[in-house]
Amino acid sequence: MRYVEEYRGADEARRYARALQSLVTRPWTLMEVCGGQTHAIVRFGIDQLLPPQITLLHGPGCPVCVTPVEMLDKALAIASRPGVVFCSFGDMLRVPGSGRDLLSVKAAGGDVRIVYSPMDALALAERLPEREVVFFAVGFETTAPACAMAVHEARRRGLRNFSLLVAHVLVPPAMEALLAAPGRRMDGFLAAGHVCTIMGMEAYEPLARAYRVPIVVTGFEPLDLLQGIHMCVAQLESGRATVENQYARAVRVVGNESAQAMLREVFEVVPRTWRGIGPIAASGLGLRAAFADWDAARKFDVVSVGGREDAGCQSGLVLQGRLKPPECPAFGTRCTPDTPLGATMVSSEGACAAYYRYRRFQSPCPPTSP
Amino acid sequence: MCLGIPGEVLSAVDGPLRMGRVAFGGVTKDVCLAYVPEATPGDFVVVHAGFAISRVDPEGARRVFAYLEEIGGTDEVREGESR
Repeated sequence: MRYVEEYRGADEARRYARALQSLVTRPWTLMEVCGGQTHAIVRFGIDQLLPPQITLLHGPGCPVCVTPVEMLDKALAIASRPGVVFCSFGDMLRVPGSGRDLLSVKAAGGDVRIVYSPMDALALAERLPEREVVFFAVGFETTAPACAMAVHEARRRGLRNFSLLVAHVLVPPAMEALLAAPGRRMDGFLAAGHVCTIMGMEAYEPLARAYRVPIVVTGFEPLDLLQGIHMCVAQLESGRATVENQYARAVRVVGNESAQAMLREVFEVVPRTWRGIGPIAASGLGLRAAFADWDAARKFDVVSVGGREDAGCQSGLVLQGRLKPPECPAFGTRCTPDTPLGATMVSSEGACAAYYRYRRFQSPCPPTSP
Repeated sequence: MCLGIPGEVLSAVDGPLRMGRVAFGGVTKDVCLAYVPEATPGDFVVVHAGFAISRVDPEGARRVFAYLEEIGGTDEVREGESR
């Protein structure tokens, strides 16, 4: 496929690895905040190509993983109601709430459906006027414009039997929470390319300045990641801390202004609790009052009960980059994709699932030489 | 979750919601083009959850390779030679 294969060249990857080798003079730790990048790094062995001085940490870059248990419990309660068609992206179905998941609701007779786009859920609402169609609006800034358009269209078409259960989260506030935490471990960030496709790069400038940390907006293919890492290390080696754009083929500095206008019309910034991290101020999106009639949390009036996490799951530390998946005692034994203790092992973009899939036969110590 | 796939715009229809056909290798899908008003047939767009979120800039697409040349990745080792 065009704009994919040409960024997977083994020869260019080796050349990037050699360029990094001659650039790096001391240890540096970089963090990526995108589950797609985490998955690609582990799948393509990007971390194993790097000089031993460069360490990659995996941040809270998987929206499925950071959706709090209370929100999942709300989803489970709504999906269990008669007359409801509960639509979701596929990766949410096996994420455990307090003891169950959406798949078990489906097995018990609930009408839970996987859709590719929130617009598919909207089309279902149009086709099934006697049913209540609910879409589980999970995701970062990349996904929010799709959900905003769906609810905007529902209002325009007068569809009253469609609603969103909104759990959207924003990346820059989470990066700031990690930067401000004591014992910060990352020297630089790879910022999530598709989030920046929508939001642009401006939100990162104050972070780069205040915390003196280079931030490089990076794509998803092996050569993108290697170039992003090279740009970030080049800044660190020369004592700079600015925002740079590796992913210029898809990201403009100002982002996508028509998507941003739709986001502003439909959503407002709200506080949000992140699974494994806790509450972060102004880190989520919720529906504005004008769209209250399409807000599933209001419509179904589900009360939030305190969620229960499995005590043996250390995904919170994994999501903060404080623990590598193989360092968790439950990894690959009590916790596997078939019997996941936490979201990071369920979602294909969770760090634990990526390591299990591509690295489970290696020693539990992270490799140090390429 | 934020997976975006580049595909080629085959057609675009303006209306209350701008829609179009986009080809990904051999697969063609209906995609909402409301967020890429500038994209026309022949352009490549990044598609996520049924929406084109960005037009691919061919000039920007070459930068990964230009950067590699700049940093001296042109390389003392010939292709195919083992290290």
